[in-house]
Amino acid sequence: MMKSIAAYLFAALVAVIPAATAQVTVNISEGTLKPTPIAIPVFEAEGADRQLATDITSVIQNDLLSTGLFEITPQSAFIQRDLSINTQPRFADWKIIQTDALVVGEVDRVTIEGVEFIRASVRLWDVYGEEVMRLEGQAGRRFTAKPEDWRRIAHKIADTIYARLTGEDPYFDSRIVYVAETGPKDDRTKRLAIMDSDGANVKYLTSGTFTVLTPRFSPSNQQITYMSFENNRPRVYLFDIQSGRQEVLGNFQSMTFAPRFSRDGQSVLLTQAVNGNSDIYLRDLVTQSTRRLTDHPAIDTSPSMSPNGRQIVFNSDRGGSPQLYVMNTDGSPLTCPSGGRDTACRITFGSGRYSTPVWSPRGDLIAFTKQSRGRFSIGVIGTDGEGERVLTESYLDEGPEWSPNGRVITFFRERAPGAGPQLWSVDLTGRNLRQIPTPTQASDPAWSPLLN
Amino acid sequence: MRRLVLSTASLALILGAAACASKPDPVDNSASQVSDTGNTNTGPVRESDIETPNRVIDSGPAAGSLEDFRVNVGDRVYFNLDQYRLDADDQAVLQRQAAWLENYPNVRILVAGNADERGTREYNLALGERRASVVRDYLVNLGVSQSRIDTVSYGKERPIAPESNEAAWAMNRNAFTQIMGGPSS
Repeated sequence: MMKSIAAYLFAALVAVIPAATAQVTVNISEGTLKPTPIAIPVFEAEGADRQLATDITSVIQNDLLSTGLFEITPQSAFIQRDLSINTQPRFADWKIIQTDALVVGEVDRVTIEGVEFIRASVRLWDVYGEEVMRLEGQAGRRFTAKPEDWRRIAHKIADTIYARLTGEDPYFDSRIVYVAETGPKDDRTKRLAIMDSDGANVKYLTSGTFTVLTPRFSPSNQQITYMSFENNRPRVYLFDIQSGRQEVLGNFQSMTFAPRFSRDGQSVLLTQAVNGNSDIYLRDLVTQSTRRLTDHPAIDTSPSMSPNGRQIVFNSDRGGSPQLYVMNTDGSPLTCPSGGRDTACRITFGSGRYSTPVWSPRGDLIAFTKQSRGRFSIGVIGTDGEGERVLTESYLDEGPEWSPNGRVITFFRERAPGAGPQLWSVDLTGRNLRQIPTPTQASDPAWSPLLN
Repeated sequence: MRRLVLSTASLALILGAAACASKPDPVDNSASQVSDTGNTNTGPVRESDIETPNRVIDSGPAAGSLEDFRVNVGDRVYFNLDQYRLDADDQAVLQRQAAWLENYPNVRILVAGNADERGTREYNLALGERRASVVRDYLVNLGVSQSRIDTVSYGKERPIAPESNEAAWAMNRNAFTQIMGGPSS
């Protein structure tokens, strides 16, 4: 159904132009009180491809705009109107309208072994440095894909520009899986849905006959793990995106939930509830074996593994209210930041209840949901419990999930009682808060890894 | 004054109801037209059915029915915020449930644990499971066979009160005993 486009997508050198060190840089960590001005004129194209070029340019602009780091110079301000990808722009014309960076591109078609592809070439100019900015070491990039995958070409170009200007890893060419919600609150239909990271190309993966919750991607991009109430037996499932096949994970005798892949994709962390007690387990997908990781009469759930696989952060109410704890994956005791050695260390001590911890792909931060004084927030905290920062707050903000580069968090928000959930994203500064449009109300968003 | 308004309104209701009852139902007319066109399987409406109604004595739900269980026994117990302890009221309901189940030994039950919306999904699934298990354990202690009881947690996914206020949240923190497999009588 969803054919792998990776095979058809490749980057190629446009031309080699010697380039000196570029000067435009965007500092992502400090946030942007002043976004970097960037001009992205509509890509050049011939005849019928002009609409396609307009659409591709628009997706690139929206991607960059959505970061809050850039300001798109309006077309009405342009002085030079005869840009070409093969000639140097008149820098003075762009300096005078105070643009720091200029993107020049073109779209055409190519036939390879009888199959038609679209092709987009792009070059990035440093206006004040008066030089080309090398992209992946080249003076320009070219992307080729099947016509129906034109949006992916646009995301790849936006990724290239973002990565070059910020020094960060890209994330636009990725997908988000989520729970699409319809119907009244007391008779809700919840279906798995998948879409591009900007909300385009929504597809439904399950029919809605059974409630599904908490989908999460595997690092391979090919599988999703989620929880389903199929046959009134709530269990963790695996969903194969390529084949559409769904299967129960393992042969647990009671409810399993809160699944999440390990960073190597070899295993799934989950919670099993047995006789009123929830504990955390690790299911190895290769050996089909299961290991119990916690054994405590309190609720232990929502496990998430560190990128190096050595530690797990989870939610437990063993201290009287839901808080975040860190443990070693092998179960050995560790030295707690707050002193002493234990099999699990509490890392949250702020006022409120903490849950749904998710370890950042960079390894340095843990995102969480916090409940305090009747409001819900999304926040981040160091893995040692230091440096807690609250990024959002509303009636209900829940379920943070990281972008592939660890710079953006998606979550779901019910902004007011009864308003219903919608998908949102926020960057690590907390300044760039945006709603991700979906056709229905939506919850439990989770980001895929970057596509190939 | 208020009383007068009320009784006038009641009178209007009664008059209205009487008027309705005395009028032929237009739907009936169209139905008889349909049978006139040759549908011989449905006979004409027999007026005698209307003129001599049987006396109805409301003696409540039939013993052993789902309604009996819901109304006379009680099919839900409610919990305090974040709690899964059973208070005296809850225990009284569960004692009635156990007694009822003793009378109808073929009945199986599904105990569903629920949580309010002021918690995260995953934690609430665990909390709902705790609540369902506490109810099951209490019933088992009262002599109900464990093999007759299934449990499930719906977390915060199945609220019975859709509003977002303290009263609704209190309603939604519950364990619901659902009769499965049909009650015998």
